[in-house]
Amino acid sequence: MYPTDRQYSKDHEWIQVEGDVCTVGITHYAQEELGEVVFVELPEVGQSYDANEEIGTIESVKAVAEVFTPVAGEIVEVNGALETEPELVNGDPHGGAWLVKMKVAGDAPTEGLMTAAEYQAFVEGESS
Amino acid sequence: MRRTPLYECHLRAGARMVDFAGWELPVQYTGVIEEHRAVRERVGVFDVSHMGEFRVYGPGAEEFLQRNTPNNVVRLKKGRAHYSGLMTERGTYVDDLLIYRRTESEFLLVVNAANRARDLATLEERAGETVHVEDRSDDYALLAVQGPRAESVVAELTADPIADLRYYGFLEGELLGASALISRTGYTGEDGFELYVAAEQAEAIWEALLAAGATEGLVPAGLGARDTLRLEASMALYGHELDDQTTPLEAGLGWVVKLKKGDFIGREVLAAQKEQGLDKQLVGFEVVERGIAREGHEVLAGDQVVGTVTSGVWSPTLEKAIGMAYLPPALAGVGTEIEIRVRKRQLAARVVEMPFYRRGE
Repeated sequence: MYPTDRQYSKDHEWIQVEGDVCTVGITHYAQEELGEVVFVELPEVGQSYDANEEIGTIESVKAVAEVFTPVAGEIVEVNGALETEPELVNGDPHGGAWLVKMKVAGDAPTEGLMTAAEYQAFVEGESS
Repeated sequence: MRRTPLYECHLRAGARMVDFAGWELPVQYTGVIEEHRAVRERVGVFDVSHMGEFRVYGPGAEEFLQRNTPNNVVRLKKGRAHYSGLMTERGTYVDDLLIYRRTESEFLLVVNAANRARDLATLEERAGETVHVEDRSDDYALLAVQGPRAESVVAELTADPIADLRYYGFLEGELLGASALISRTGYTGEDGFELYVAAEQAEAIWEALLAAGATEGLVPAGLGARDTLRLEASMALYGHELDDQTTPLEAGLGWVVKLKKGDFIGREVLAAQKEQGLDKQLVGFEVVERGIAREGHEVLAGDQVVGTVTSGVWSPTLEKAIGMAYLPPALAGVGTEIEIRVRKRQLAARVVEMPFYRRGE
């Protein structure tokens, strides 16, 4: 279920670091809790954020969720496809529905992040 | 929390259950949008057994209801139902409800689950010696079969002439050989039926509807779709558009209020309001920017807060965010530009005509 090539946060985001660029998305668990996504609000390219700052919102039929960046850095790319196809977040949360790419400020983060297996155990704890 | 007789059926169908007015009910099975579209295009079945049913009968029953509600019960024919409300002295509603006339002197009232206790208390307090009020809610399960193919699905379970029923007509017949009240009513803006059956028959009828509907594309639908469907059809929901501080005239329900029928509780307030004009009025709006206005969000005109959103959803049919709000009449005109405060942002919105959706258009 959860790809092992990345790390996961307690806020149900995933991050994948390649060099100094980090891709951020929300997890399968998060999209399932939200239900059918109808709007995705993403930040502007060039903006900088501290770790755990809100970078956008995902709005579903039932609820709205803030997206927090697990890492500090500058936005270098946003997933424009989500503006016209927000439902991708439900269909492919770990792939085509990545949210933003950030240039990581400083070292790549590890603190407080989980492996796929740890995250799987974490969400099983949340839903029981 | 209370459960309906269909609780196990919902779990088997994969429902996500939520608390609604103290009842554990399905909010969705596969997804709100999918269930919504199934009802608009084909047919869906809802468990609305949490609704309350009161039997009101006796030689004084007609006069009693005529006095307690704004619609004209004297004009309500046997085999017909109408939409009305239980009045307060202040011209507002204790609850909105349906009244079915079964005979000259016997009626069935269908009320909201959240208001069942105070409705009953109000009716019992006002009833004289010639009227009996019985809470029969626990005896009934209520299934709503809604959508353009509803008739052919329900017809599989009965030999009664349901095709002859007009909107808001009903008959007392049989479903799967057991007594049932079958009415051509609903809360979705589509054609459809509401089936009042004995609680112990509910599961068999639910399963038979799923089986009969399989070829028609029937799906079970939850409270999520019920809310988006009723909002597109601009139907009020008590606790949102209606409460005991709001008159039916303010809520756009003037067509229910029959001032000429004679005296009834709260009539004077409504007559005065009709003459002097309203302070607030229910309007429909659509959000122009990306985002969803939801219940409780403030409505602004210029930098003034002018109202509050009573209900707001993303409309699967219109594919945009819509909602209802109370606004001063000066701002209620179609096309009026408003803004809605959604968290840190203010979304541009505009007043539009209601209903948002009308079947056959």
